[in-house]
Amino acid sequence: MNAVFKRPPTLKDTYTHFCPGCTHGIAHRLIAEVLDEMQIVDKTIGIPGVGCCVFLYNYFPIDVLEAPHGRAPACATGMKRAQPDKIIFAYQGDGDMAAIGTSEIIHAANRGENVTVFFINNTVYGMTGGQMAPTTLLGQQTTTSPYGRNFQTEGYPIKMAEMLATLEGVAYSTRVALHSPKHVNQAKKAVRKALEMQINEMGFSMVEFLSTCNTNWRVSPLEALKVLENEMIPYYPLGVFKERTGKDFL
Amino acid sequence: MDKKLIKGNIALAEGAIQAGCRFYFGYPITPQNDIPEYLAKQLPKCGGTFIPAESEIASINMVMGASASGKRAMTSSSGPGISLMQEGISYLAGSELPAVIVNIMRCGPGLGGIAPTQGDYNQAVHGGGHGDYKNIVLAPASVQEMFDLTIKAFELADKYRNPAMILADAMIGQFQEPCRLSPLKPVEYPEKPWSLTGAKGRKPQLLKSLYLGDNEQEEHNLLLKKKYDEIQQREALCEMQNLDDAEIMVIAFGTPSRVAKTAIRQARKLGVKVGLLRPITLFPFPEKEIYECSSRVKKILVVEMNTGQMVRDVRIAAHKDAAISFYGRPGGGFPYPDDVLAEIKKAMEGNER
Ligand SMILES: Cc1ncc(C[n+]2csc(CCOP(=O)(O)OP(=O)(O)O)c2C)c(N)n1
Repeated sequence: MNAVFKRPPTLKDTYTHFCPGCTHGIAHRLIAEVLDEMQIVDKTIGIPGVGCCVFLYNYFPIDVLEAPHGRAPACATGMKRAQPDKIIFAYQGDGDMAAIGTSEIIHAANRGENVTVFFINNTVYGMTGGQMAPTTLLGQQTTTSPYGRNFQTEGYPIKMAEMLATLEGVAYSTRVALHSPKHVNQAKKAVRKALEMQINEMGFSMVEFLSTCNTNWRVSPLEALKVLENEMIPYYPLGVFKERTGKDFL
Repeated sequence: MDKKLIKGNIALAEGAIQAGCRFYFGYPITPQNDIPEYLAKQLPKCGGTFIPAESEIASINMVMGASASGKRAMTSSSGPGISLMQEGISYLAGSELPAVIVNIMRCGPGLGGIAPTQGDYNQAVHGGGHGDYKNIVLAPASVQEMFDLTIKAFELADKYRNPAMILADAMIGQFQEPCRLSPLKPVEYPEKPWSLTGAKGRKPQLLKSLYLGDNEQEEHNLLLKKKYDEIQQREALCEMQNLDDAEIMVIAFGTPSRVAKTAIRQARKLGVKVGLLRPITLFPFPEKEIYECSSRVKKILVVEMNTGQMVRDVRIAAHKDAAISFYGRPGGGFPYPDDVLAEIKKAMEGNER
């Protein structure tokens, strides 16, 4: 029999702590597959933020630095400047990047730090129990927006991929989704493109993954995929918002 | 050896370069701006990296990234900036990452003022950030020590895989003195097999501070405690002057120790037997020396530029029967030699307890 699908060697053969249905695992697998295909595993260093991604080291056989909540882009900056020949990626949730860490992400991007950031937008603070994040959709109920997010008091969901695309230092900013095989394949291409940007020293690259958090959304895994498709994508359009083609910044 | 008339902050910055520090990240704040300004100029000339970071939070985390890569990295700030760094310093301690953090103290609380003070003693020595950890803390009292102790800070930070802080008041940072700008002995560079350089030909490595498993955090804390005990055993430093026959011991660090020296000279002329113990390391605190002297002298006078912070550690270290008095000027006020002399006389008369 032909194997058509198997675990990439760079994803450890172990149980995960992710809830069943969570798409963090898919993002992990895509990154592992691309690291394998690009043969850069042994020169890659990962920097997870604080959130459900914090156990990155349990799943990737790579060097890992655990950053404080929201500060992974600053840690990645220090590390990449110290080791420009290594591949450095940060992996952040939406609380991590779009709330507590906005300053660090904006300035790392604006300086054009030659690092890659993977951004999991699941509209909530997953690890702490599903509180409202800056990315929470209007009307969405969470434990800290029990009456639904109201733009008059909580503002509008923040669009990181679009916002970062406005910065000169950014080489690549894209939003992908993880709810269907077709979209997962597209997401993988984005992961590869982002890492290629880094290898080619084009500047800062960021992939925003629209993701599910069925546990905190209080829906089944399958329903969560539908919520992503029907409620997230209309507000958070998929696409490439910035893609540098040459070293025009020089 | 050649000496140069130079500002304390510049001596410190040059010390960092000579200690092999090639990564500096910082955000401007008075009274330490000479440090980033000097390094912005000098680091590129020796292949180093200077980043004018967006905040002190970013600075300390950039330090963390460079340090995790096995490089010597530093940041400097004052007052509010050091407060912003505390989370990062706690992570460095928890992840056992070396780093040098410079605090050229200005007064507080709040935005405070830019005059010299020692109001951050407790923050530096007794934590500052969250969790059960310690910084190595060095307290220069001269421009020469700004240079020498910065090199030592890098060596100790690397040796013990621990953040090391230079705690100097704005006076030491800002004034000029002749300084020898070369190390007295070759700079030590401990191996860093733990650094994250990509898992090529070896097992993946991890630098973290999260411990969720049963007893994991407690075991980690106990290991850290063991390290701190070792640092306490081995690395405590102090200067002792005129203590052999002393009946009164003045204890002071940084600028007040210099003022105390003048006052002690005057007191000696008046026939008062008084000496000085100047802690050079604040953690490890020179507990043994303080204990030994405290059981010999009749009185101890602690002088600080705050409302009384180190004095509590002196009380803990000193003999239980020691009579300890305190003289402090907070918020940018200076203890003058005459004031200290008056305190010494008061102590001598025995009506101060
Ligand atoms: C300074 C600080 N504040 C708060 C926390 C608590 N905390 C841990 S994870 C987290 C939220 C994580 O949410 P997100 O970044 O969206 O990632 P997710 O878990 O959803 O993947 C928070 C608030 C912390 N660790 N540090």
